Amino acid sequence: MSKILMKIDGKEIEAEEGMTVLEAARTVGVNIPSLCHHDKLEPYGACRICTVEAQKNGRSRLVVSCVYPVEKNLEITTRSETIDRARRTILELLLSHAPDSEPLRILAAEYGADKNRFEKEPSFCIHCGLCVRYCAEIKGLHAVGFINRGSKREINFVPELVAAECWSCKECFPLCPTSALQAAYVFTAAQVSEIPVFEGDTD
Amino acid sequence: MDINKIDQIIDGHNSEASSLIQVLLEIQSENRWLPRQALERISERMDVPLSRIQHIATFYKAFSLVPKGRHEIHICMGTACHVRGAQNILNAVEDHTGIKPGETDLALKFSLETVNCLGCCALGPVIEVDGQIHGKLTPPETAEALKKYE
Ligand code: SF4
Ligand code: FES
Repeated sequence: MSKILMKIDGKEIEAEEGMTVLEAARTVGVNIPSLCHHDKLEPYGACRICTVEAQKNGRSRLVVSCVYPVEKNLEITTRSETIDRARRTILELLLSHAPDSEPLRILAAEYGADKNRFEKEPSFCIHCGLCVRYCAEIKGLHAVGFINRGSKREINFVPELVAAECWSCKECFPLCPTSALQAAYVFTAAQVSEIPVFEGDTD
Repeated sequence: MDINKIDQIIDGHNSEASSLIQVLLEIQSENRWLPRQALERISERMDVPLSRIQHIATFYKAFSLVPKGRHEIHICMGTACHVRGAQNILNAVEDHTGIKPGETDLALKFSLETVNCLGCCALGPVIEVDGQIHGKLTPPETAEALKKYE
Protein backbone atom coordinates (compact mmCIF):
# COMPACT_ATOMS: atom_id res chain seq x y z
CA MET A 1 0.00 0.00 0.00
CA SER A 2 1.42 3.28 -1.01
CA LYS A 3 1.32 6.37 1.15
CA ILE A 4 -0.56 9.42 0.05
CA LEU A 5 0.32 12.93 1.16
CA MET A 6 -2.55 15.30 1.62
CA LYS A 7 -3.85 18.04 3.89
CA ILE A 8 -6.69 18.05 6.36
CA ASP A 9 -7.58 21.39 7.93
CA GLY A 10 -4.22 22.79 6.88
CA LYS A 11 -2.26 19.95 8.45
CA GLU A 12 -0.04 17.69 6.30
CA ILE A 13 -1.06 14.10 6.80
CA GLU A 14 -0.14 10.72 5.44
CA ALA A 15 -2.98 8.47 4.35
CA GLU A 16 -3.03 5.07 2.80
CA GLU A 17 -4.28 4.42 -0.68
CA GLY A 18 -7.86 3.13 -0.74
CA MET A 19 -8.83 4.95 2.44
CA THR A 20 -11.76 7.31 2.49
CA VAL A 21 -11.32 10.92 3.56
CA LEU A 22 -13.34 10.20 6.71
CA GLU A 23 -11.06 7.33 7.71
CA ALA A 24 -7.94 9.36 7.00
CA ALA A 25 -9.25 12.23 9.13
CA ARG A 26 -10.08 9.94 12.03
CA THR A 27 -6.62 8.34 12.01
CA VAL A 28 -5.16 11.77 12.75
CA GLY A 29 -7.81 12.63 15.31
CA VAL A 30 -9.91 14.98 13.23
CA ASN A 31 -13.55 14.25 13.88
CA ILE A 32 -16.08 14.48 11.06
CA PRO A 33 -19.68 13.86 12.12
CA SER A 34 -21.29 10.76 10.66
CA LEU A 35 -24.58 8.91 10.97
CA CYS A 36 -24.62 6.10 8.44
CA HIS A 37 -20.91 5.27 8.61
CA HIS A 38 -19.78 2.12 10.43
CA ASP A 39 -16.17 0.98 10.63
CA LYS A 40 -16.99 -2.62 9.85
CA LEU A 41 -19.33 -1.94 6.95
CA GLU A 42 -18.76 -1.00 3.33
CA PRO A 43 -18.92 2.75 2.58
CA TYR A 44 -22.52 3.71 1.86
CA GLY A 45 -22.98 7.48 1.80
CA ALA A 46 -26.64 7.75 2.72
CA CYS A 47 -26.94 10.55 5.27
CA ARG A 48 -24.51 13.17 3.80
CA ILE A 49 -23.83 14.63 7.23
CA CYS A 50 -20.11 13.92 6.75
CA THR A 51 -19.94 16.43 3.90
CA VAL A 52 -16.61 18.32 3.75
CA GLU A 53 -14.92 20.68 1.32
CA ALA A 54 -12.28 19.28 -1.01
CA GLN A 55 -9.81 21.59 -2.75
CA LYS A 56 -8.04 20.34 -5.83
CA ASN A 57 -6.40 22.27 -8.67
CA GLY A 58 -7.50 25.53 -7.09
CA ARG A 59 -11.15 24.54 -7.06
CA SER A 60 -13.24 23.69 -4.07
CA ARG A 61 -16.37 21.58 -3.84
CA LEU A 62 -18.48 19.72 -1.33
CA VAL A 63 -17.84 15.98 -1.20
CA VAL A 64 -19.14 13.17 0.97
CA SER A 65 -16.14 12.18 3.05
CA CYS A 66 -17.20 8.65 4.00
CA VAL A 67 -17.20 7.54 0.37
CA TYR A 68 -14.61 9.93 -1.10
CA PRO A 69 -11.24 8.24 -1.61
CA VAL A 70 -8.05 9.98 -0.51
CA GLU A 71 -5.96 11.42 -3.28
CA LYS A 72 -2.51 12.94 -3.63
CA ASN A 73 -2.38 16.67 -2.86
CA LEU A 74 -6.02 16.81 -1.91
CA GLU A 75 -6.81 19.54 0.60
CA ILE A 76 -9.74 18.93 2.91
CA THR A 77 -11.57 21.45 5.06
CA THR A 78 -13.81 19.81 7.65
CA ARG A 79 -15.51 22.90 9.01
CA SER A 80 -16.51 26.11 7.27
CA GLU A 81 -19.55 28.26 6.84
CA THR A 82 -20.55 26.45 3.65
CA ILE A 83 -20.18 23.06 5.31
CA ASP A 84 -22.09 24.11 8.39
CA ARG A 85 -24.93 25.40 6.26
CA ALA A 86 -25.09 22.13 4.32
CA ARG A 87 -25.02 20.05 7.49
CA ARG A 88 -27.66 22.22 9.11
CA THR A 89 -30.08 21.72 6.21
CA ILE A 90 -29.40 17.97 6.14
CA LEU A 91 -30.13 17.78 9.85
CA GLU A 92 -33.31 19.79 9.48
CA LEU A 93 -34.51 17.42 6.78
CA LEU A 94 -33.66 14.35 8.85
CA LEU A 95 -35.29 15.87 11.93
CA SER A 96 -38.56 16.25 10.08
CA HIS A 97 -38.61 12.45 9.99
CA ALA A 98 -37.18 11.67 13.41
CA PRO A 99 -37.57 14.75 15.64
CA ASP A 100 -36.66 12.94 18.87
CA SER A 101 -33.60 11.05 17.70
CA GLU A 102 -30.79 11.49 20.22
CA PRO A 103 -27.85 11.59 17.79
CA LEU A 104 -29.74 14.04 15.57
CA ARG A 105 -30.52 16.32 18.50
CA ILE A 106 -26.91 16.42 19.62
CA LEU A 107 -25.79 17.36 16.12
CA ALA A 108 -28.67 19.82 15.78
CA ALA A 109 -27.49 21.66 18.87
CA GLU A 110 -23.98 21.89 17.47
CA TYR A 111 -25.04 23.15 14.04
CA GLY A 112 -27.99 25.26 15.12
CA ALA A 113 -30.48 23.17 13.18
CA ASP A 114 -34.14 23.97 13.77
CA LYS A 115 -36.17 20.79 14.03
CA ASN A 116 -39.34 22.64 13.14
CA ARG A 117 -38.03 24.13 9.91
CA PHE A 118 -39.70 21.50 7.73
CA GLU A 119 -43.13 20.04 8.17
CA LYS A 120 -42.97 16.89 10.29
CA GLU A 121 -43.38 13.59 8.57
CA PRO A 122 -42.60 11.18 11.39
CA SER A 123 -41.57 8.08 9.49
CA PHE A 124 -38.69 7.75 12.01
CA CYS A 125 -36.37 5.79 9.74
CA ILE A 126 -33.72 8.06 8.21
CA HIS A 127 -32.63 5.39 5.72
CA CYS A 128 -29.10 5.17 7.04
CA GLY A 129 -29.17 1.48 6.13
CA LEU A 130 -27.12 0.49 9.19
CA CYS A 131 -29.54 -2.25 10.22
CA VAL A 132 -29.93 -3.61 6.70
CA ARG A 133 -26.21 -3.55 5.96
CA TYR A 134 -25.14 -4.93 9.32
CA CYS A 135 -27.51 -7.86 9.04
CA ALA A 136 -26.35 -8.59 5.49
CA GLU A 137 -22.63 -7.83 5.68
CA ILE A 138 -21.70 -8.91 9.18
CA LYS A 139 -24.33 -11.49 10.11
CA GLY A 140 -25.09 -12.76 6.61
CA LEU A 141 -28.71 -13.20 7.68
CA HIS A 142 -30.59 -10.66 5.52
CA ALA A 143 -33.42 -10.60 8.04
CA VAL A 144 -34.16 -6.94 7.42
CA GLY A 145 -34.25 -5.12 4.11
CA PHE A 146 -35.66 -2.06 2.38
CA ILE A 147 -38.95 -2.13 0.52
CA ASN A 148 -40.61 0.39 -1.80
CA ARG A 149 -38.78 3.45 -3.06
CA GLY A 150 -38.48 7.20 -2.91
CA SER A 151 -40.49 8.82 -0.15
CA LYS A 152 -42.23 5.50 0.56
CA ARG A 153 -39.05 3.56 1.23
CA GLU A 154 -39.01 1.75 4.57
CA ILE A 155 -37.38 -1.17 6.30
CA ASN A 156 -39.04 -4.52 6.49
CA PHE A 157 -38.27 -7.63 8.51
CA VAL A 158 -38.73 -11.09 7.00
CA PRO A 159 -41.12 -12.70 9.55
CA GLU A 160 -39.69 -16.23 9.26
CA LEU A 161 -36.20 -14.92 9.97
CA VAL A 162 -37.42 -12.78 12.84
CA ALA A 163 -38.82 -15.94 14.41
CA ALA A 164 -35.70 -17.97 13.78
CA GLU A 165 -32.81 -15.55 14.24
CA CYS A 166 -33.52 -12.07 15.54
CA TRP A 167 -34.56 -12.84 19.09
CA SER A 168 -31.12 -14.13 19.99
CA CYS A 169 -29.17 -11.50 17.99
CA LYS A 170 -30.65 -7.99 18.05
CA GLU A 171 -27.19 -6.62 17.33
CA CYS A 172 -28.69 -4.05 14.99
CA PHE A 173 -30.78 -2.41 17.73
CA PRO A 174 -28.08 -0.15 19.19
CA LEU A 175 -26.98 0.91 15.70
CA CYS A 176 -30.23 2.63 14.78
CA PRO A 177 -30.07 6.42 15.25
CA THR A 178 -33.85 6.54 15.68
CA SER A 179 -36.48 4.23 17.12
CA ALA A 180 -37.68 2.99 13.75
CA LEU A 181 -35.81 -0.30 13.82
CA GLN A 182 -37.10 -1.53 17.14
CA ALA A 183 -40.61 -0.43 16.25
CA ALA A 184 -40.45 -2.43 13.02
CA TYR A 185 -39.07 -5.43 14.88
CA VAL A 186 -41.73 -5.36 17.56
CA PHE A 187 -44.38 -4.96 14.91
CA THR A 188 -43.14 -7.98 12.95
CA ALA A 189 -42.59 -10.05 16.09
CA ALA A 190 -46.15 -9.33 17.20
CA GLN A 191 -47.38 -10.77 13.92
CA VAL A 192 -45.36 -13.95 14.34
CA SER A 193 -47.12 -15.10 17.46
CA GLU A 194 -44.66 -17.71 18.71
CA ILE A 195 -41.90 -15.23 19.48
CA PRO A 196 -41.84 -13.13 22.60
CA VAL A 197 -41.94 -9.42 21.90
CA PHE A 198 -40.44 -8.18 25.13
CA GLU A 199 -37.95 -9.56 27.59
CA GLY A 200 -39.76 -11.79 30.09
CA ASP A 201 -42.77 -12.09 27.82
CA THR A 202 -42.95 -15.86 27.62
CA ASP A 203 -46.28 -16.97 26.28
CA MET B 1 -49.29 -20.61 -9.00
CA ASP B 2 -47.95 -24.05 -9.83
CA ILE B 3 -44.56 -24.62 -8.27
CA ASN B 4 -43.39 -26.60 -11.32
CA LYS B 5 -44.07 -23.63 -13.55
CA ILE B 6 -41.96 -21.45 -11.24
CA ASP B 7 -39.16 -24.01 -11.30
CA GLN B 8 -39.38 -24.17 -15.08
CA ILE B 9 -38.93 -20.39 -15.33
CA ILE B 10 -36.01 -20.47 -12.90
CA ASP B 11 -34.41 -23.34 -14.83
CA GLY B 12 -34.78 -21.33 -18.02
CA HIS B 13 -32.26 -18.93 -16.48
CA ASN B 14 -30.01 -21.62 -15.01
CA SER B 15 -30.89 -20.35 -11.51
CA GLU B 16 -28.52 -17.46 -12.03
CA ALA B 17 -28.91 -14.69 -9.51
CA SER B 18 -28.14 -12.09 -12.18
CA SER B 19 -31.38 -13.07 -13.96
CA LEU B 20 -33.51 -12.31 -10.94
CA ILE B 21 -35.46 -9.45 -12.52
CA GLN B 22 -36.05 -11.48 -15.67
CA VAL B 23 -37.42 -14.37 -13.63
CA LEU B 24 -39.69 -12.04 -11.66
CA LEU B 25 -40.96 -10.47 -14.88
CA GLU B 26 -41.78 -13.86 -16.37
CA ILE B 27 -43.68 -14.96 -13.29
CA GLN B 28 -45.47 -11.64 -13.20
CA SER B 29 -46.63 -11.95 -16.81
CA GLU B 30 -47.56 -15.61 -16.41
CA ASN B 31 -49.46 -15.17 -13.15
CA ARG B 32 -50.24 -11.42 -13.12
CA TRP B 33 -48.79 -11.09 -9.62
CA LEU B 34 -45.96 -12.45 -7.46
CA PRO B 35 -47.24 -14.73 -4.71
CA ARG B 36 -45.20 -15.01 -1.56
CA GLN B 37 -44.52 -18.71 -2.20
CA ALA B 38 -43.02 -17.83 -5.59
CA LEU B 39 -40.62 -15.37 -3.96
CA GLU B 40 -39.63 -17.98 -1.39
CA ARG B 41 -39.00 -20.52 -4.11
CA ILE B 42 -36.85 -18.08 -6.07
CA SER B 43 -34.91 -17.20 -2.94
CA GLU B 44 -34.19 -20.86 -2.27
CA ARG B 45 -33.39 -21.93 -5.82
CA MET B 46 -31.45 -18.85 -6.94
CA ASP B 47 -29.72 -18.27 -3.65
CA VAL B 48 -30.85 -14.67 -3.25
CA PRO B 49 -32.00 -13.46 0.19
CA LEU B 50 -35.75 -12.94 0.46
CA SER B 51 -35.26 -9.39 1.73
CA ARG B 52 -33.36 -8.56 -1.45
CA ILE B 53 -36.11 -10.02 -3.65
CA GLN B 54 -38.71 -7.99 -1.77
CA HIS B 55 -36.58 -4.89 -2.23
CA ILE B 56 -36.60 -5.38 -6.00
CA ALA B 57 -40.20 -6.58 -6.26
CA THR B 58 -41.43 -3.48 -4.43
CA PHE B 59 -39.10 -1.10 -6.24
CA TYR B 60 -40.42 -1.59 -9.77
CA LYS B 61 -44.00 -0.76 -10.63
CA ALA B 62 -44.06 -3.63 -13.12
CA PHE B 63 -44.35 -6.07 -10.22
CA SER B 64 -47.31 -6.65 -7.99
CA LEU B 65 -47.32 -8.49 -4.68
CA VAL B 66 -51.10 -8.60 -4.56
CA PRO B 67 -53.44 -10.32 -7.02
CA LYS B 68 -54.29 -8.35 -10.14
CA GLY B 69 -57.47 -8.48 -12.17
CA ARG B 70 -57.80 -10.41 -15.42
CA HIS B 71 -57.75 -7.13 -17.29
CA GLU B 72 -55.36 -4.32 -16.57
CA ILE B 73 -56.55 -0.84 -17.33
CA HIS B 74 -53.97 1.90 -17.73
CA ILE B 75 -55.43 5.32 -17.99
CA CYS B 76 -53.29 8.17 -19.21
CA MET B 77 -53.26 11.31 -17.07
CA GLY B 78 -50.44 12.97 -19.00
CA THR B 79 -50.64 16.60 -20.12
CA ALA B 80 -52.21 16.00 -23.54
CA CYS B 81 -54.83 13.58 -22.21
CA HIS B 82 -55.40 15.77 -19.18
CA VAL B 83 -56.39 18.80 -21.27
CA ARG B 84 -58.61 16.58 -23.37
CA GLY B 85 -60.57 15.41 -20.36
CA ALA B 86 -58.71 12.45 -18.89
CA GLN B 87 -60.32 13.15 -15.53
CA ASN B 88 -63.79 12.56 -16.98
CA ILE B 89 -62.56 9.31 -18.50
CA LEU B 90 -61.10 8.26 -15.18
CA ASN B 91 -64.42 9.02 -13.48
CA ALA B 92 -66.23 6.92 -16.08
CA VAL B 93 -63.81 4.03 -15.53
CA GLU B 94 -64.17 4.32 -11.76
CA ASP B 95 -67.97 4.35 -12.05
CA HIS B 96 -67.98 1.33 -14.32
CA THR B 97 -65.49 -0.79 -12.37
CA GLY B 98 -66.12 0.46 -8.85
CA ILE B 99 -62.39 0.75 -8.18
CA LYS B 100 -59.90 3.59 -7.84
CA PRO B 101 -56.36 3.78 -9.26
CA GLY B 102 -54.11 1.15 -7.64
CA GLU B 103 -57.05 -1.10 -6.82
CA THR B 104 -58.45 -4.40 -8.08
CA ASP B 105 -62.09 -5.43 -7.79
CA LEU B 106 -63.16 -8.36 -5.65
CA ALA B 107 -64.10 -10.50 -8.64
CA LEU B 108 -60.55 -9.97 -9.95
CA LYS B 109 -61.94 -8.65 -13.21
CA PHE B 110 -60.19 -5.30 -13.49
CA SER B 111 -57.12 -3.60 -12.07
CA LEU B 112 -56.79 0.14 -12.54
CA GLU B 113 -53.61 2.16 -12.76
CA THR B 114 -52.95 5.73 -13.90
CA VAL B 115 -49.90 6.43 -16.04
CA ASN B 116 -48.29 9.64 -17.18
CA CYS B 117 -47.95 8.97 -20.89
CA LEU B 118 -48.72 6.10 -23.20
CA GLY B 119 -46.81 7.65 -26.10
CA CYS B 120 -49.79 8.35 -28.37
CA CYS B 121 -50.86 11.82 -27.30
CA ALA B 122 -52.63 12.50 -30.62
CA LEU B 123 -55.18 9.84 -29.64
CA GLY B 124 -55.94 11.45 -26.30
CA PRO B 125 -57.73 10.94 -24.05
CA VAL B 126 -56.55 7.38 -24.15
CA ILE B 127 -56.77 4.24 -22.05
CA GLU B 128 -55.02 0.95 -22.52
CA VAL B 129 -56.65 -2.35 -21.60
CA ASP B 130 -54.44 -5.45 -21.66
CA GLY B 131 -52.04 -3.67 -23.99
CA GLN B 132 -54.76 -2.59 -26.40
CA ILE B 133 -55.21 1.13 -26.97
CA HIS B 134 -58.60 2.84 -26.94
CA GLY B 135 -58.22 6.44 -28.10
CA LYS B 136 -60.26 9.64 -28.55
CA LEU B 137 -62.71 8.45 -25.95
CA THR B 138 -65.77 10.08 -24.47
CA PRO B 139 -67.03 8.91 -21.08
CA PRO B 140 -69.98 6.91 -22.59
CA GLU B 141 -67.63 5.30 -25.12
CA THR B 142 -65.30 4.35 -22.29
CA ALA B 143 -68.04 2.52 -20.41
CA GLU B 144 -69.07 0.86 -23.67
CA ALA B 145 -65.50 -0.29 -24.38
CA LEU B 146 -65.13 -1.80 -20.91
CA LYS B 147 -68.34 -3.82 -21.28
CA LYS B 148 -66.56 -6.05 -23.80
CA TYR B 149 -64.26 -7.47 -21.17
CA GLU B 150 -65.32 -10.56 -19.28
S1 SF4 C 1 -34.36 1.57 10.88
FE1 SF4 C 1 -32.75 2.78 11.90
S2 SF4 C 1 -30.83 1.70 11.41
FE2 SF4 C 1 -32.38 0.96 9.97
S3 SF4 C 1 -32.17 2.29 8.16
FE3 SF4 C 1 -33.77 3.21 9.45
S4 SF4 C 1 -32.71 4.70 10.73
FE4 SF4 C 1 -31.13 3.33 9.87
S1 FES D 1 -21.59 9.27 7.23
FE1 FES D 1 -21.09 9.82 5.23
S2 FES D 1 -22.97 9.90 4.21
FE2 FES D 1 -23.50 9.17 6.20
